[in-house]
Amino acid sequence: MSEKYDAILIGAGMSGLAAGIRLAQYDKRVLILEKHYLWGGLNSFYKRRGRIFDVGLHALTNFAPKGRRGVPLTKLLRQLRIRHSDLQLGEQNYSEIAFPTERLRFSNEFELFESEIARAFPDQVDGFAKLTEAIFAYDSFTPPDPDLLARGELAKFITEPLLVEMLMLPMCYYGSAIPGDIAWYQFAILFKSFYDEGFARPEGGIRPLLDLLVKRYKSLGGELRMKSGVAEILQQGAGSLRSAAGVRLENGEEIFADQVLSSAGFGPTMEMCGAELGARVTDEDRGQLSFNETVIVTDKTPMDFGNYGAAITFFNDSDTFDYRCPAPGGLGIDPRSGVICSPNNYAATEPLTEGWMRFTALASASHWGDLAQADATEYATQKQRAAEAFLDSASRFAPDPRPFEIDRDLFTPNTIRRFCGHPKGAVYGAPKKRLDGATELPGLFLMGTDQGLLGVVGAMLSGISMANRHCLQPTA
Amino acid sequence: MTRDEVILAIKDIIETIAPDEELDSLDVDERLRDQIELDSMDFLDIVMELRKRYGVQVPEEDYKELASLTSCADYLGPKLENVELKVGV
Repeated sequence: MSEKYDAILIGAGMSGLAAGIRLAQYDKRVLILEKHYLWGGLNSFYKRRGRIFDVGLHALTNFAPKGRRGVPLTKLLRQLRIRHSDLQLGEQNYSEIAFPTERLRFSNEFELFESEIARAFPDQVDGFAKLTEAIFAYDSFTPPDPDLLARGELAKFITEPLLVEMLMLPMCYYGSAIPGDIAWYQFAILFKSFYDEGFARPEGGIRPLLDLLVKRYKSLGGELRMKSGVAEILQQGAGSLRSAAGVRLENGEEIFADQVLSSAGFGPTMEMCGAELGARVTDEDRGQLSFNETVIVTDKTPMDFGNYGAAITFFNDSDTFDYRCPAPGGLGIDPRSGVICSPNNYAATEPLTEGWMRFTALASASHWGDLAQADATEYATQKQRAAEAFLDSASRFAPDPRPFEIDRDLFTPNTIRRFCGHPKGAVYGAPKKRLDGATELPGLFLMGTDQGLLGVVGAMLSGISMANRHCLQPTA
Repeated sequence: MTRDEVILAIKDIIETIAPDEELDSLDVDERLRDQIELDSMDFLDIVMELRKRYGVQVPEEDYKELASLTSCADYLGPKLENVELKVGV
């Protein structure tokens, strides 16, 4: 039996790596276990045909210039002791929300978005000002009401239904696990992270950022083991004295620790605790919403072949936005709305020479999961069919990259399930978040998606705050 | 550690946890929070570094004693009297 760890962290995604750095920084003996052979979790990368494809990174939200006070990025850098310049962030050109009858641009300067609202919806200017005031006054330290939904709150400020839909679209796509709506506190956090802070891209994509985190973690003495899936969370004691004691890996090895922090999601984590605690996982704890992605590489940049300069285009092809998991069958995706993004459209010291466009569509997880199990050839055929249909739809709002295509890659909710372990490939996890990270088992805590913070920066802050709260506070 | 060394020790810790902040012009009597950005997460780090580097424990109810460099020196001076300054760790 090896010596006991202070903490075992399940998952080497953004939250696990950030929590690991915090703990290792204060001389805790810490081990991160990752079941995949690569780190990054939902924000990872892979190589195909000599190119590196990013998985989760559309944009790094929460961009802030060096030294801006009181914002998540500054807090994050401080806590992990990373210099702003180490991230090599390039700012976006601009992004847009595109509906058939109206288009709103925004950039890292909030004034652009304000002026766009004033141009397109002059009678909503006062309401929008009051909305932003309410959001900026929102104190992220007050425990939020997770049951308060954004549509109801927006209706208090915005009377034009089209503007409500246009405001809902990006926020839902960037982080809602709730069909048709998003929790109000998440809307508020995301709104600030988009419009008041902004979008940037680490030069070279997600990989240099992950390398930076892993290198820092290891230099502090943190241990990281890949291909080490956890089969069971071990427990000790009984009744009120019961607590987490460590883990048993899929290969049977047992490793002991005082505390276990899991980014595997609430459902999978509780199911690792055995039948009794696993049985308490309800449907409310299982997310549904997931996505298909189509990445097209082109021989010219999107600016060169289509005069396309947006970092991200959020589109919807009617005046009402329907955010939900499509029913299985048919295309397996919903082609009516989606996210188009291009890493070419960020400032960079060495601009990308090839063009990249990524298309994200709401997808039916059970459709792709069942198909992958039943018939691999049909799965591959349908994946291409869905991609073509979605590109047809998206090219009403941004240039079609297919005439210039030199490579493509596609993934489905099934891919997300296989690599990240989220059940049904639910990208944003469970609709019900557990903001304090606590579980029914003392010594076992949640971080990452199901704890409730969103995006690359949010995921890292989730790991940091859970490590601080449960492992580092003097009272802990 | 002398009183001046305690102030140096605190500044060195702040430099470690907030590498992007400008510390040369800090006024010793003014609240640190009013001069540079430090939130409760940062104060936790100052306390953790004090423990890690100098073995000194600061209970949560005494965090307020760390408000300015002068109050840090008043509060930590006696605790660090027989401890040697370590900078750049």
